[in-house]
Amino acid sequence: MGKHKTPMLDELEKGPWPSFVSDIKQQAEKGKQVLKEAPDDLLGVLELSFEDRVTHWKHGGIVGVFGYGGGIIGRYCDQPQKFPGVAHFHTVRVNQPASKFYTTKFLRSMCDLWESHGSGLTNMHGSTGDLVLLGTTTDHLEPLFFDMTHEMNQDLGGSGSNLRTPACCLGRARCQFACYDTQEACYQMTMEYQDELHRPAFPYKFKFKFDGCPNGCVASIARSDMSVIGLWRDNIRIDQAAVKAYVGGELKPNAGAHASRDWGKFDINKEVINLCPTGCMAWDGSKLDINDKECVKCMHCLNTMPRALRIGVDTGAAVLFGAKAPILEGAQMSTLTVPFMKVEAPFEELKELIEKVWDWWMEEGKNRERLGELIQRKSWQEFLRVIEKDPDPRMVDEPRSNPYIFWKEEEVEGGWTRDINAYREKHPR
Amino acid sequence: MPYDPSDPLKDRITDIGPRYYKEFVPPVIEKNYGKWLYHDILEPGVLVHVSETGDEVYTVRVGGCRLMSVEHIREICDIADKHCGGYVRFTTRNNIEFMVDGKDKLKPLVDDLKSRKFPAGSNKFPIGGTGAGVTNIVHTQGWAHCHTPAIDASGVVKAVMDGVYDDFGSMRLPAPVRISLACCLNMCGAVHCSDIAILGIHRKPPMIDSEWIDKLCELPLAIAACPTAAIKPAKTASGLKALEVNADRCMFCGNCYTMCAAMPLADDVGSGVAILVGGKLSNRMSKPKFSKVVIPFIPNEPPRWPTTVEAVKNILDVYAKDAKKYERLGDWAARIGWERFFEKTNLPFSHHLIDDYRFAYTTWRQSTQAKF
Ligand code: HEM
Ligand code: HEM
Ligand code: SF4
Ligand code: SF4
Ligand code: SF4
Ligand code: SF4
Repeated sequence: MGKHKTPMLDELEKGPWPSFVSDIKQQAEKGKQVLKEAPDDLLGVLELSFEDRVTHWKHGGIVGVFGYGGGIIGRYCDQPQKFPGVAHFHTVRVNQPASKFYTTKFLRSMCDLWESHGSGLTNMHGSTGDLVLLGTTTDHLEPLFFDMTHEMNQDLGGSGSNLRTPACCLGRARCQFACYDTQEACYQMTMEYQDELHRPAFPYKFKFKFDGCPNGCVASIARSDMSVIGLWRDNIRIDQAAVKAYVGGELKPNAGAHASRDWGKFDINKEVINLCPTGCMAWDGSKLDINDKECVKCMHCLNTMPRALRIGVDTGAAVLFGAKAPILEGAQMSTLTVPFMKVEAPFEELKELIEKVWDWWMEEGKNRERLGELIQRKSWQEFLRVIEKDPDPRMVDEPRSNPYIFWKEEEVEGGWTRDINAYREKHPR
Repeated sequence: MPYDPSDPLKDRITDIGPRYYKEFVPPVIEKNYGKWLYHDILEPGVLVHVSETGDEVYTVRVGGCRLMSVEHIREICDIADKHCGGYVRFTTRNNIEFMVDGKDKLKPLVDDLKSRKFPAGSNKFPIGGTGAGVTNIVHTQGWAHCHTPAIDASGVVKAVMDGVYDDFGSMRLPAPVRISLACCLNMCGAVHCSDIAILGIHRKPPMIDSEWIDKLCELPLAIAACPTAAIKPAKTASGLKALEVNADRCMFCGNCYTMCAAMPLADDVGSGVAILVGGKLSNRMSKPKFSKVVIPFIPNEPPRWPTTVEAVKNILDVYAKDAKKYERLGDWAARIGWERFFEKTNLPFSHHLIDDYRFAYTTWRQSTQAKF
């Protein structure tokens, strides 16, 4: 029996999906967290919100560790007398290792560390990617940070108007589609920009995310100011024998991704050739042909016949800029900016590009203006000038349909200064 | 030396970043890094990846709660120590992946995972989340930790995942379905490109704590925070500086409250759920797409949000029956036409669903093409 009665939350212990309520209860009973009452009181305040249908958390004040402007989110409960264990309940963002592999040794020492400095509750992981330690008091922050850096060789992540903790897909660790080393890129870029990550100096938040291919498993195109998405420029590698094996039914299409339903026999024309968005594939009954020059690397054929088709060997990435959630100007996805770039350690070209972008954004961006909004306000043309890239038809879905072109004076023969008197000599009033 | 509060800067270590990922990958991954040839989903939640060296790695993906205790993490570690050489991985969608390097090690792992339940009965480690099914719901903080939510997060997710549980553990859908939840318009989870998005929205403008607002907030910052310029300076009867909201211009985004604690807007009946569908972010066949609002409001119904759960299940079932193989939910809706989508899902189409924010015109139909 917990400290508070939680009849509504108890309803969430039912059903097959793992119950976070049962989990918090087990921490309340068995855990050795220094904030003894925290799990019980979190259940208590959550139950109260379930009754009231309104949150009971207040704004965080500014809390943090000395010398850092990010990494900790302040949080206070608006019913501290009832729930003293969560009266102060700050979040600590811990920078996750690239693509979130862990040794149990590391995780266990993180658990011990967190029990000695906090609530024993976490988020595995927050939606940006951090390992989130959920709930502690201000006096625990410095000792926690000290022990984390000294004993675990581990730093905090980002929050506030800074570089947010970068994230990447699984990539080469276990995926055959990775066109560049997303984990290495993520790690090295994170290390290069530690100052930007810990000490907010930007107009607003900034996110990098690294997807190894256009399948986009970390959703970079939707939620990062700079999305790096793996691509190849040359030809899809075809194993004709394996294509035949798919057609003949010896291999399961889609790596078995549709196996729980009978979709009938695999039909390469219907399921691959005719679904290719560019119509650049042909099957003559014995040989698969791909006109690679017209392929847009959508991944459909590779996803469908992974044992027959492989990404090319001239691999790299596209770089896109400007995605953000709807606040304020409406949602935006990233816009294709550099259609292809080699992305190899030490990632100099990528760093040069991002530094140009940051210089401009820090100079021109208004408070709380995301990069994507600044580009809209200033124009794509201005953005291209800043990053020193030439316009490219691959940057647009179609050319503009309005002719309201902002010509520059230097683009027009003879400039804009003209003599009205000379005009009047030919065209009297 | 432990931390010394009298000398906080002594021996301080900063800017060391995360641990290097290669310290944390199992040997079979280290050895075959970048050499993977192909993968197969052996059954829902169980994958094999085959390397050009001939090595294989078997992965069992299980659902996890994002809100997780260290007790539970320790149990995950126990399993990883027993079966996986002390390595484990978390995915971007709060799933957990246990990996073994031989087929013989798979069954004991799967049996072990299936056997573990919480005392009240829920599974600790349900296996699934692969292929043309539903995977775990990425979500945000909700009433468990944030100050601006319109809905809870973990509670709604638990109820919806119970409702679509069979589709987590199977692959009967035409294509993958990604469900996401964000508890306010800030969309920390960036749900705006999901097949099905559950979004918390407010419907009442902020209240002004007039006697306090000038003491608690920087008034110009609150005014500047409003995207629709709905906030203007005002004076209270007693002559204090305060603010006033032009309610007709308010789109209930909560930005003002983020800037100023004296402008709360959450409300027991005003706040609730909106459902968006048809977003995607892979480039497979069609380009990435935003999700579109198809249900403007469902009241908050703790503890199990039955109307929201039913709405998600209904959309999922109609899609599963009607779409062609490979067709993502948004591609299906675009092909059949949104008029058909509303007809088939039996959802009412109301004026709330027609865009009237910026760029609204881009979503209006400028054509005679219509279905009857
Ligand atoms: C057959 C084609 C595909 C393959 C082989 C594939 C492979 C993978 C792999 C290896 C992961 C684990 C990576 C990680 O969590 O970082 C993953 C996760 C994910 N993939 Fe894909 N992917 C494919 C298609 C797609 C498509 C079409 C989407 C569409 C949006 C997508 C979105 C995601 C997402 C959101 C995750 C996170 C899932 C989770 O963590 O449970 N993938 N995929
Ligand atoms: C104006 C826009 C936004 C505001 C004002 C905002 C505000 C906040 C606040 C107050 C929290 C703290 C919640 C807590 O108490 O733990 C939070 C958490 C978080 N936000 Fe945002 N947010 C915004 C947009 C976003 C977006 C677009 C993303 C990601 C794409 C994001 C990612 C996160 C993450 C990862 C967390 C940590 C906890 C979680 O995963 O929910 N935020 N945000
Ligand atoms: S984004 Fe591409 S390379 Fe990365 S894990 Fe997903 S499918 Fe693999
Ligand atoms: S990757 Fe897409 S565009 Fe390229 S050949 Fe395959 S299906 Fe066609
Ligand atoms: S989506 Fe909104 S309510 Fe939810 S955690 Fe983010 S800021 Fe808080
Ligand atoms: S909720 Fe948003 S739109 Fe309404 S007053 Fe506040 S900032 Fe303005």
